[in-house]
Amino acid sequence: MIGTIIRNRELEINVFRSRALFAGLVILIAFSAVAARLVYLQVIKRDHYHTLAEANRISLLPVVPNRGLILDRHNEVLAANYSAYTLEVMPSRVKNLDAMLEELNAIVEIQPRDKRRFKRLLEESKNFESLPIRNRLTEEEVARFAVNRYRFPGFEIRPRLFRNYPQGDVASHALGYIGRINDADLKRIEDADLSSNYRGTDHIGKLGIEGSYENELHGNTGTEQMEIDAGGRAMRSLATTAPVAGNNLTLTLDIKLQKVAEQLFGEGRGSIVAIEPATGEILALVSKPGFDPNLFVDGIDPQNWDLLNTSADRPLLNRALRGAYPPGSTLKPFLALSALESGKRTTQQSISDPGVFRLPGVAHYWNDDKPGGHGVVDMHKSIVISCDTYYYQLASETDIDDTAKFLRSLGFGTKTGIDIDGELEGILPSKQWKSNRFAKATSEARKWYVGDSISAGIGQGYNSFTPLQLAHATATIANDGVAMRPRLVRQITDAATGKIKSTAEADVNKATPLALKTENVAFIKAAMAAVTKDGTGARAFANAGYTSAGKTGTAQVYGVKRGEKYVAGRVTEKLRDHAWYIAYAPADKPTIALAVMVENGGFGGAAAAPIARAILDFYLLGKKPDITKIKPPENESDSRD
Amino acid sequence: MNLIAAINRVFYILTRRLDGPLMVTIIVLAAISLTVVFSASGGDTFDRAAGQLRNFCVALVVMWIVANMSPLMLMRLAIPVFLVGLALLIGVAVFGETRNNARRWLNVGMAVIQPSEIMKIAMPLLLAWYFHKREEGLRLADYAIAGLLLVVPSALVMRQPDLGTAILIFSAGFFVIFLAGISWKILIAAAVAAGAAIPFIWPFLHDYQKQRVYTLLDPTTDPLGAGYHIIQSTIAIGSGGLLGKGWLAGSQAQLDFIPERSTDFIFAVYGEEFGLVGGLLLLALYLVIIGRGLMIAMNASTTFSRLLSGAVTLSFFTYAFVNMGMVTGILPVVGVPLPLMSYGGTAILSLFIGIGILMSVSTHKQLVAT
Repeated sequence: MIGTIIRNRELEINVFRSRALFAGLVILIAFSAVAARLVYLQVIKRDHYHTLAEANRISLLPVVPNRGLILDRHNEVLAANYSAYTLEVMPSRVKNLDAMLEELNAIVEIQPRDKRRFKRLLEESKNFESLPIRNRLTEEEVARFAVNRYRFPGFEIRPRLFRNYPQGDVASHALGYIGRINDADLKRIEDADLSSNYRGTDHIGKLGIEGSYENELHGNTGTEQMEIDAGGRAMRSLATTAPVAGNNLTLTLDIKLQKVAEQLFGEGRGSIVAIEPATGEILALVSKPGFDPNLFVDGIDPQNWDLLNTSADRPLLNRALRGAYPPGSTLKPFLALSALESGKRTTQQSISDPGVFRLPGVAHYWNDDKPGGHGVVDMHKSIVISCDTYYYQLASETDIDDTAKFLRSLGFGTKTGIDIDGELEGILPSKQWKSNRFAKATSEARKWYVGDSISAGIGQGYNSFTPLQLAHATATIANDGVAMRPRLVRQITDAATGKIKSTAEADVNKATPLALKTENVAFIKAAMAAVTKDGTGARAFANAGYTSAGKTGTAQVYGVKRGEKYVAGRVTEKLRDHAWYIAYAPADKPTIALAVMVENGGFGGAAAAPIARAILDFYLLGKKPDITKIKPPENESDSRD
Repeated sequence: MNLIAAINRVFYILTRRLDGPLMVTIIVLAAISLTVVFSASGGDTFDRAAGQLRNFCVALVVMWIVANMSPLMLMRLAIPVFLVGLALLIGVAVFGETRNNARRWLNVGMAVIQPSEIMKIAMPLLLAWYFHKREEGLRLADYAIAGLLLVVPSALVMRQPDLGTAILIFSAGFFVIFLAGISWKILIAAAVAAGAAIPFIWPFLHDYQKQRVYTLLDPTTDPLGAGYHIIQSTIAIGSGGLLGKGWLAGSQAQLDFIPERSTDFIFAVYGEEFGLVGGLLLLALYLVIIGRGLMIAMNASTTFSRLLSGAVTLSFFTYAFVNMGMVTGILPVVGVPLPLMSYGGTAILSLFIGIGILMSVSTHKQLVAT
């Protein structure tokens, strides 16, 4: 028995030892597998994992540059930035956002309006973006949140720069505004390959100077390399590339003049463009009513947006660039110049005005505005008293295409090239234009008739131009036929180097001397100067204290039937005539040229000319206008020009 | 002279049951553990490292007591310990406390204990005793009974659910059966049967267990959920490179990217800060313990001590391999701590009891042999 037990024991020990050795082998293989895995991870793929670890650890945070300032020509601030605290949230780091917002409300007031705006941002946002939930926190709210910060992971208070327009709605159409970047902006940024420069930026210029000079104003985004932990909290800064602030813009606008010009409109609608003839610098660009660009900075709330959008006065329409109106008699000096240049008329040729114009074999007749007519009228007198019959006749004898070609050289029917986007070309009628315009109509309707020419011949008919075009053409005449591209930006100051880049230097080449005969231009200028002495502008410019040249215009909105007399009181306000006045002063050495358009203002001489006078008084003499005197007296004159 | 003799006497009593190579290795491991736990707890507070030091000290005392118990005495404890452990497991199933969706804890008045930890030692103890009693020729029926003794507690633990501990209990018992000499035919047949059973067991697995298998197969399918652990730990280890980023300098560890970084995923912290060299050193230290354990087992004088020490050694290996396999991404995520490294008193205590058993076997063989 003992022997078998011993044998069993030996056998058992042998079995055990072989099993233990087998286990040892398995252990070696398993540990080798772990070792091989370590070699794979730590030697072969080390760089790969190193990169991943660094990506985990380092977050490149954009440092948004300060947006460039916008100043007027005398360095008055028109757009600036101020810093305020914003409460922001990274939605990806918050589990139950709604509950969190509820809780937060006890510490920092979150209004339903903030929530709605935030919801909209949330829907539009990319994943890992930090979104503002409340702007402009008070010091107290900042302190309260700081104490409770640990309760709100993913929420952060950041100082942010906000745009501010200290002048409110003054020059709003020239300045434009900035607003949050939307999908369309985003696509433009991507197409321009600027995405990296716009990381962290959430506002962009939308209109006017802010929109058109976005590239100058934005600046270069800096970066901060931050070490972050797994919770996304910034631990320390590793390296910083400083941002480069946007360039400051000095505008050509004279904000004092601009303010005076805007005041002159009161609650009315209309536009003024004032240009320095020698340079093309725009001194005032008025479109009334305006809007307060500050409303757009935080994202405009729906109420104000509806108000601006649905108002019958259309405050968002930039009338200076995008309002096209028939020019009425303000076109006459340019038409006269066209006739002189083409040789259709000499200065001496005169007509006898019986008060009505008839074409042989045509039943229709065209009334002069003065019953009984102006008697013998030469070109000088035709401008001074604004004689329609003179221009009816001239138009009936002139090919409309020749007229169109000449007027186009003065900038009518084309873009003036102003340095902000959005200007309209207006309508400069020609045979080709009419044929295109009525492309779908019968060939009869597409044909150009002499009657079309006659209407167009006094600035009515199809003619339709912007106040900017009128001001530009007036400035060109004032500048003796040298067209200067109108512009709003005078200087660009490089924020980094302080170097000043003048747009004027670059723009001297943009001066286009038109091939006009000096004596012809001089003749027209003399006639326009006479307008303010003996003509339709005489009353408005009585005792001015300086010489000026001008031309009134009254553009029909409402077609007066033949034989019917236009009486302002009889038509509703919206159908009343638009009042125009173009001017430059001083007459011998002009420093300012302008076009004033009062929408539905009535008579140019009564409604628009006094405004022009007040502006010139202010600009040349420093005289503050007495606004009460400017309101045009209704039905005072029976003359439309 | 008398004093020196007295000191020598005390020293002898303190050390006579200790095994030199094992002792040196666990002290080195404990030192590494303290270093890494300190780093894993942020490198600015001694709370965790001090706690871990206390864990080691307590475990060391218990280990010394176990080492001084003869295998015979251990054998006598086998049945009572197993029965207590089993009773407690059943108690957990009935009255247990639920934490984090798992019913693992039992409130026994003085303290809240986790009875599954007791089973880690009780299981090999009981099976070694069982095979020791049956040493005159083992029959198939013996293996069947052993299998039953193995499966019941494991199943109870798995139901808690605690897959990691269930695996460790099961494997500890299995190693006894394996080392006792169960025939390869039966083993292979059982393995084939188990493999065939997977499709039937699969529907009964918990969702999180299924997810862990999916996640192992492709961690990137769930980078912010279950896969996050594995992705971040492999990034940590991989980015450590050959020599590591240096103590306290692992960005993954220090910036919180590694989850459970002082417990189950401590190897990721270690691998990031000490690199391949550190990892291989750790493997070598584990091999020393395992090698020494197998040597003690092969030289053990009784079936009981042989099987027990062998199973304890192989269990130790299982701990190490399952954890390192998990953290390096070659095994699924199961909650098994890294032996003698991870922060945690219970695990260190049961490991030290195991080492105490090894020391007991290695220092008591002459006594039993006579």
